[in-house]
Amino acid sequence: MVSEAARPVVTTRPDDTGLGARIDGSAIGDSIYRWMTTAFALGIPILLLFIAIEIGAAAWPALKAFGFGFLTSSDWDPPHNIFGAAPAIYGTIVSSFIALLIATPLALGVAIFLSEFAPSWLRQPVAFLVDLLAAIPSVVYGLWGIFVLQPLLRDHVMPLLSAIPLLGQTPLFEGPAYGPSMLSAGLILAIMVLPFISAVSREVLMAVPRSQREAALALGATKWEMISDAVVPYARSGIIGGIILGLGRALGETMAVTMLIGNVHKISASLLAPGYTMASLIANEFAEATGDLHLSALMAVGAVLFVVTLIVNGLARWLVWRVSREGQS
Amino acid sequence: MSLQIVGTGNRERGTEAPRSVGSQFPVPDSRHPGNIQAKDFSFWYGPKQALYDVSITIPARAVTAFIGPSGCGKSTFLRSINRLQGLIPGARQTGAIELDGENIYSASLNPVSLRQRVGMVFQRWNPFPKSIYDNVAYGPRINGTASRSKIDEIVEQSLRRAALWDEVKDRLRQSALGLSGGQQQRLCIARALANEPEVLLLDEPASALDPIATQKIEELLYELRSELTIVIVTHNMQQAARVSDYTAFFYLGRLVEVNNTGQLFTTPREERTEAYITGRFG
Ligand SMILES: Nc1ncnc2c1ncn2[C@@H]1O[C@H](COP(=O)(O)OP(=O)(O)OP(=O)(O)O)[C@@H](O)[C@H]1O
Ligand SMILES: [Mg+2]
Repeated sequence: MVSEAARPVVTTRPDDTGLGARIDGSAIGDSIYRWMTTAFALGIPILLLFIAIEIGAAAWPALKAFGFGFLTSSDWDPPHNIFGAAPAIYGTIVSSFIALLIATPLALGVAIFLSEFAPSWLRQPVAFLVDLLAAIPSVVYGLWGIFVLQPLLRDHVMPLLSAIPLLGQTPLFEGPAYGPSMLSAGLILAIMVLPFISAVSREVLMAVPRSQREAALALGATKWEMISDAVVPYARSGIIGGIILGLGRALGETMAVTMLIGNVHKISASLLAPGYTMASLIANEFAEATGDLHLSALMAVGAVLFVVTLIVNGLARWLVWRVSREGQS
Repeated sequence: MSLQIVGTGNRERGTEAPRSVGSQFPVPDSRHPGNIQAKDFSFWYGPKQALYDVSITIPARAVTAFIGPSGCGKSTFLRSINRLQGLIPGARQTGAIELDGENIYSASLNPVSLRQRVGMVFQRWNPFPKSIYDNVAYGPRINGTASRSKIDEIVEQSLRRAALWDEVKDRLRQSALGLSGGQQQRLCIARALANEPEVLLLDEPASALDPIATQKIEELLYELRSELTIVIVTHNMQQAARVSDYTAFFYLGRLVEVNNTGQLFTTPREERTEAYITGRFG
């Protein structure tokens, strides 16, 4: 009787003789499954740690030679073994920032249009086309940038920007327009990250419960008020997640940016001037780096890119956490 | 089961001010705004007809309950009164619903301003993920009340009317999502009241609440009926008997019978009504 009481499942089905065996079998399966998933889950951080150690070790000579100056100096002179990565760090951050500045409102607009306004026959095709932007290889973006975007910017957009009263006079739009520039790199990045931000935003906007929409409408909200007061705030943390995803892409993007940014080791306030990014620097010089210190300096740039990406992601994640908590606290 | 519950109806409570339910059939109360009259109202979801020629008078300053088996069109009709159901793609309607003599489906009437006059509370409470204060202030804000002190006043008054003020007055700036289910539902009522509506629609407002929270909502509706028109959909016939002055029985998209609640539950005129209230189907 005691054992029966302890195994009520078995007693309710006395004729199901296979049940006990099944429980034991699934218990073994469970534990195998648990160990495997634990191993995979631990594998990722361990891998990350190894990469970090590997890069750190390779970067060490350069970091030791230049110290903190590696981050702040603008001299990059391989023949004389002088290396400072400030322009590349600056370029990576600024070009990604420009990209987000342009892509975020556009992507949100696309997402809101698709989730709230587009008739259903239009929704799928447009969403598909926008998603397709993500599938175009980066080198194709680079070519398009060189042959279409840059001439357009140089001949029409940049003169226009410089001609804007006040804004055109600021250092941001100073100097001659050649074409290869921070602006064109930022723009191409904007186009490249737009599908990521808009796809994620569209999903989270469509996932906003109907009850939230109806709550706003039933209080006399117009459709716009419903979207801006109920739908977007509800989806806020998801949208920020999409922006982080786009930012991650922008920080690491190499080929298209290398083709458009001009690859010049110089920090210029002007967006019309050429610049450099960390990813481009590594891609451009790694094959030709002969000196040990040069190689180590490139590894150090990689390490910095790694750290910048981690910091930016951490910041963004903290932001999402803050924002999503705001609703509850 | 249905017959003795009528005795516990609201007419027994001593505090009630004298009311003029003169006729046993609902007639408009012309002294107050918020009278609703549907005239041959039919509703379709695409090809599927959900309501057939519903004609009913819902008087101001009274509680009218809609009862009927699931899928008979109660929610459809309720949500037609603030034109929320018309937003569903493919939906269309014929006939009229008049609010104080004006057809709410006439082209000249703006559904946004209609919804400021006709508030709604849903089955599943749906506060915004904002503070308690901001939830209640939302309606007045979008409808053009700018002054802070005026909004403060409306928020307090609405929360008091929803019998929630004492429970939340020290935590107005905290998230509405931290309240209990019953409190959240009363918050939704307060939020609707903040617009000073003439009509309050409630779609099974207590069906997901425990008995105590349900009782609070019922008491609240009892208090509010002297201030505005209340229309409530409920599956719970005891609830209909407790809170309502009039009850309308829907079946298969048609309004079968509407009457003074006491009459409808004791001496229904239609056989289908009797079958339903005695629990023989539905
Ligand atoms: N959005 C919709 N699209 C298509 N048909 C719908 C829609 N909403 C409701 N219906 C149909 O209309 C009919 C009436 O539905 P309604 O929701 O009004 O019933 P109800 O009386 O409120 O039911 P319940 O008591 O279950 O809430 C049902 O047959 C339902 O299937
Ligand atoms: Mg319903």
